Amino acid sequence: MKRLLLALFLATPAMAQDNVVLVQSTTSTQNSGLYDAILPIAEEALGLDIRVVAVGTGQALQNAERCDGDMLIVHARDAEIAFVAAGFGTERQDLMYNDFVIVGPATDPAGIADAPDAATALGAIAAAAAPFASRGDDSGTHRKELSLWDGVADVAAASGTWYRETGSGMGATLNVAAGMGAYTLTDRATWLAFENRGDLAILFQGDPELFNQYGVIPVDPEHCPNVNINGAQAFTDWLVSEAGQQAIADYTLGGEQLFFPNAN
Amino acid sequence: MPEIGDSILTALGLIVSGDPDLIEIVLLSLRVSLTAVALAAMIGVPLGAALAVLRFPGRGALVLLVNALMGLPPVVVGLFVYLCLSATGPFGVFGLLYTPGAMIIAQTILVAPIIAALSRATLAEMAAEYDDTLRMLGASPTETIATLLWDARFALVTALLAGLGRALAEVGAVMLVGGNIDHVTRVMTTAIALETSRGALPMALGLGMVLLLLTLILNAAVIGLRARFEGPAHA
Repeated sequence: MKRLLLALFLATPAMAQDNVVLVQSTTSTQNSGLYDAILPIAEEALGLDIRVVAVGTGQALQNAERCDGDMLIVHARDAEIAFVAAGFGTERQDLMYNDFVIVGPATDPAGIADAPDAATALGAIAAAAAPFASRGDDSGTHRKELSLWDGVADVAAASGTWYRETGSGMGATLNVAAGMGAYTLTDRATWLAFENRGDLAILFQGDPELFNQYGVIPVDPEHCPNVNINGAQAFTDWLVSEAGQQAIADYTLGGEQLFFPNAN
Repeated sequence: MPEIGDSILTALGLIVSGDPDLIEIVLLSLRVSLTAVALAAMIGVPLGAALAVLRFPGRGALVLLVNALMGLPPVVVGLFVYLCLSATGPFGVFGLLYTPGAMIIAQTILVAPIIAALSRATLAEMAAEYDDTLRMLGASPTETIATLLWDARFALVTALLAGLGRALAEVGAVMLVGGNIDHVTRVMTTAIALETSRGALPMALGLGMVLLLLTLILNAAVIGLRARFEGPAHA
């Protein structure tokens, strides 16, 4: 029995294999089902075993900096550029985009639906002191949300009152917003795939400020000698190739396209 | 709460369909948690026995520590193991991060104190009961421990089951060190967390019911075996 257990334990793949590519990723791409759609196509085409660890963009960047991943798919452009500039990644490329939307109770107590821009919409939420669920987790969406609040309201001072930081992922934050009738900022893909909407609805969208760009970065082998740069480069090249971009464009949910490829 | 009804139907559907993804997830959950409990037993039972029988300086503090470690938050253990196994961590060269091996290590750390503390409590009680007899026979500490372990073997199963329950139920540690990678490190609890974050609550709860059923079957199997070996007199 002991020998059997030991065999089971030792049977786990101990070392990184040539064909395994570990992707540190934002959650929206996993929660929306994008990977379930495109990974089988990429694995078939490239002969790779692509493994995705979906965490927030902040944690994904941290994990990759610690060399616990071969590449990144995230959405926080400034942080991505800083990551490459610091020598942690080889090159950042645009991969695809979608947009952020502000969802909230369908009754829209703060009256944001007719706001001319995102800043006005958020200002109305702050003025009404209507509950707002923030990610509060240093993710790409959280960074975007904080940049939108900048100059609109002092959310740090309001934390714990109408401004509520969940410190968790997009799905968990949407569950909270649905439960307490709060507004929140979400990427459209996670929203479209999200099933527990309660009486939440999209109340504000369309401001160019809400543009959501995803980037892809292989981790630099000079910083992390352990990474599978060949595999990471192959998957990156495929993602930005015609075949990869088409696979992204082909992924729809309920008839709606979730991500719009825009690699150069 | 219409979700409850939906989730029962989802759970039944999952079980009846024999969904290969579900089977894979269930088997990995069992493989990780049973291995962790076996390893934790190899550490915890001897440690519990030593704490129950031997008298040495610092024993009281050690008992207190082991008892306190039963309350270790899984996410803290996960973080600790993550930092150890990270590519830039002290054990990074083994490449264990994001593999079932890392999950086994984390759960072993979580479960060992539970098994040690419960074994100690069981064995200490029995040691007090047997004290006179064993002393009269002039038993050495090793003989005493061996006698106690043998006589307490059925009671110790309860300690192992408590450890198994903790291992199968925790999500914080395996999520951090396993990464919830599809077909590689996705287990029941991380799948439930993922479905919850997708807002697919009936599916999440349905998976929870499958997990509960699994735990019931494991417990029933152990109790059945115990009754059989203990003989009709004790059953």
